Amino acid sequence: MTTDGTTSTDATTRHVAEAAPGGRTHDTSAPAVEAAPRRSTPPPATRRAATVAGVLGELMITLGVLLLAFVAWQLWWTDVEGERAQAAIVEELDWAPIPAPDEPAPPPPAPAVMRRDASPPMAEPAYAETFATMLVPRWGPDYERPVSQGVDRATVLDPLGIGHYPGTAMPGDVGNFAVSGHRTTYGKPFNRVAELQIGDPIVVRTADIWYVYRVTSTQIVLPEDVQVIAPAPNEPGVEPTVRSITLTTCHPMYSARERFIVHGELDYWMSTADGFPAEISGGA
Amino acid sequence: MYGWLWRHLPGPAWTRVVLAALAALAVLTACFVWVFPAIAPLMPFNDTTVGAGMTTTDLTGRDR
Repeated sequence: MTTDGTTSTDATTRHVAEAAPGGRTHDTSAPAVEAAPRRSTPPPATRRAATVAGVLGELMITLGVLLLAFVAWQLWWTDVEGERAQAAIVEELDWAPIPAPDEPAPPPPAPAVMRRDASPPMAEPAYAETFATMLVPRWGPDYERPVSQGVDRATVLDPLGIGHYPGTAMPGDVGNFAVSGHRTTYGKPFNRVAELQIGDPIVVRTADIWYVYRVTSTQIVLPEDVQVIAPAPNEPGVEPTVRSITLTTCHPMYSARERFIVHGELDYWMSTADGFPAEISGGA
Repeated sequence: MYGWLWRHLPGPAWTRVVLAALAALAVLTACFVWVFPAIAPLMPFNDTTVGAGMTTTDLTGRDR
């Protein structure tokens, strides 16, 4: 207690003593109030440094907020826009709508219309042209996304969804119908790619034909492992004998370190005039 | 910076608040519409294709 009292008294004394000279020069009535601000005014150089530091701090806070906004845009808004845009593209194709799950399933197609011979060849479409849709029952009964020609992000993958590697086979061809799509962001058409099981149907629809592929294998590769989309998958230079499909997307999610690959083979094809494959109408 | 902006906005405090909010909204909109789409392709975490660049060109004969 004694120590506290002494300190307090000392501080008060010092304060009065220091304030006194300044006060005496100008106004004796309020010495302390007058003196304090003048002594705390820093020299111009210090003031400039403080301003620079302040502006720098504000800029960094602003940058932080903008970075957060970028993350929100990338992870949320591109999906909002992408899903809307891709749904609009599918709607614009104006192909027969998929029967809703709560409707009674239409009779499954007769085995005779499920064909395993060569399907009519299809020419490669113009760049960025949407020529097919993809339906994957494992990803939900409503899943139908457009497939367009090309795999560059700016013209195809970001705005249009799934892209077809130019130069690879077209649907139903002997060879490898290779497509790519986002797993996250931009409507994320291949978001649930890791849920696919061996034997799951991957259905590709064009204006005239349903192609029902089945998953045969999945693998994780490096981005430069281009042999996965070779005509005979993983056997570059070998003449293909099988009607394959290959999906490529990023792996792990939110990274581009590796690629998640799904391979499948054509089970059968049927004309769109003969109704819906049992795989997507709930009949199978 | 923001102090300067505040001092140069006209009107009473509530007008300044409204104006500042509008300005912030305009900046955010510009980012969403133009800036972010422009810088997104430069980000390294969104590539889904195999054979970036040369390999794909070799395979398909098409320039990417």
